[in-house]
Amino acid sequence: MSPRVSVVCGSGGVGKTTTAAAIGLAAAQSGQRVLVVTVDPARRLAQALGAEGIGHEPVHVESGGTGTLQVSMLDTKAGWDALIRRHARDAASAERVLRNPLYDNITSRFVNSHDYIAMEQVNELSRRDDLDLVVIDTPPSRNALDLLDAPRRMREFFGGRLLQWLTLPYRSRVLSLASRPFLQIADRLLGAQFLGDIAEFFTLLQSMEAGFVRRAREVEELLSSERVGFTVVTTAEPAPAAEAVHMVEELRRRRFRVERIVANRVETGAVDEQLPGIAEVAPHVAVGDTVLVEGALVGIRAAHERRAAAVARHARQVEILGRTGADVAVVADAGTDGGPGALGAIAAAMPRG
Amino acid sequence: MDAKGAAAALLGVPVPGYEPVPAGENLSVMAMDTENSLREYLRIHLRIPFVTRLGPLAATFDFVADAAPGVREVLAVGKVCWEVRERNYDLVVVDAEASGHVVAQIASPRTIKSLVPRGPLRDQTTWMLGILDDPDCTGAVVVTTAEELPVTETVALVGRLRAETNTDVACVVVNAVEPDVGDAARTLAAEPWFTERCPQHSRSVMLSAARRTAQRESVAVLTGALPGVPLVEVPLHAETGAALATAVGGDLP
Repeated sequence: MSPRVSVVCGSGGVGKTTTAAAIGLAAAQSGQRVLVVTVDPARRLAQALGAEGIGHEPVHVESGGTGTLQVSMLDTKAGWDALIRRHARDAASAERVLRNPLYDNITSRFVNSHDYIAMEQVNELSRRDDLDLVVIDTPPSRNALDLLDAPRRMREFFGGRLLQWLTLPYRSRVLSLASRPFLQIADRLLGAQFLGDIAEFFTLLQSMEAGFVRRAREVEELLSSERVGFTVVTTAEPAPAAEAVHMVEELRRRRFRVERIVANRVETGAVDEQLPGIAEVAPHVAVGDTVLVEGALVGIRAAHERRAAAVARHARQVEILGRTGADVAVVADAGTDGGPGALGAIAAAMPRG
Repeated sequence: MDAKGAAAALLGVPVPGYEPVPAGENLSVMAMDTENSLREYLRIHLRIPFVTRLGPLAATFDFVADAAPGVREVLAVGKVCWEVRERNYDLVVVDAEASGHVVAQIASPRTIKSLVPRGPLRDQTTWMLGILDDPDCTGAVVVTTAEELPVTETVALVGRLRAETNTDVACVVVNAVEPDVGDAARTLAAEPWFTERCPQHSRSVMLSAARRTAQRESVAVLTGALPGVPLVEVPLHAETGAALATAVGGDLP
């Protein structure tokens, strides 16, 4: 049996890694064999799960339940190297690519390279039969949707005219230059040698085209399959919540399955209480003189008004999130940031199974 | 740079294009776009006037920019540096892209210089670096909140800016800082009579104080990790432009 895959996405700083850890922990506690993959500098996931440093190789973490919990970190560079080695015709051409001076520079930048490797990793892990669930903590993307489009873009890049032109022999390239004004400009702007260097690299890469395209297609198919579910994490502030709604719509447009929205750090509780005046408060408290009590009440009122405003604002955003029709798991604000407490709060808000 | 029209909305003008629009006295706003920047570049530096005929330019250009590292970035940074060099403004404020991308952007003239052996684009990088590397001219303002992850990212970002560029880090702005409710409020809110009579208010004060304590720890981490970098704190809910300007303006180096 192949494992289910849970992809955790959302904009930066909303508690994505902690949510991924919580989903993994909850599943492991209910008896499943779980692997959580993070792209974060592993410190945070390690901290959330009480593990020592996490590397590319999965390490076991105590789950406190009947299942098993492993965590590992995504390594873009290692991912690319592995990909090149897998798709190269032979070891020698793989080495030529890996030693090309532009290799590091290009792989770290082009076609949302990090996103593509993350998606590759999903595909790779989805074949493991020793796991019940793989949880993917996605990279903080400028636009989270780049992640989902990375396989398609990679496919299009290999089929694109630029790559064909770049990898043409020089003579044909001169002929084709005459017919394409833009390529003339590129040539003039960047110089023949730079374009030549790029061409050499991509000629090598193009020999791997079939492998890359096939893999990219596989990743696309996997993402829209029944086995994969997406969790969209957000806070209940207007800007990230709007991003989350947009994200859910885009996921569905691509026929991906949205499992739930996690609304994180939601201010909750009743806030309709009236603050008594100084005359009622003063006789009962030991704070000291009237001026001090007066000042204290001003501070208390301000803190309460801030919270009441947040409660109203967040309730409104949770309602907006709910209109997507997705299940919304509301996680109350613990007052502090991250850590084991936050993990428990999220795990508790999540349905088990 | 990261335009969804947010900056324009704060300044009270409709989403601008590449042409600057006035947003008040002495204040203009524009949205960066690399395609228009390329057109302008070609017109000014290569004297290629046929800009209107570049219909399929965007699509083709995307491919070049995907394949050639630093090209897209240098067009954005180049436009900014050009406005500075031409002295069109006294101050150019760049609402930069998210932290994952901004270092590649600021470092792009250096990337181009090291990767492109010759050609007009390489030659242009010299004066760009003159502007970006001069601390009297260019400063990076790093904005964060006082939470663990953003603080970690801020420290990493400053480290990368220092390692991969020569651009000066002018200051770090800590946004949305929880105000101090004060000793008296904390004491009163914790008194047994008060917690019984006003449990909701008591809880509000407790949560605010807990948040404040956690934030102070994060600020301490920042101060410890970035000695010599000025910190500017902006209180929570200074959301409107005017309030922010008051909070930030006076303190910025």
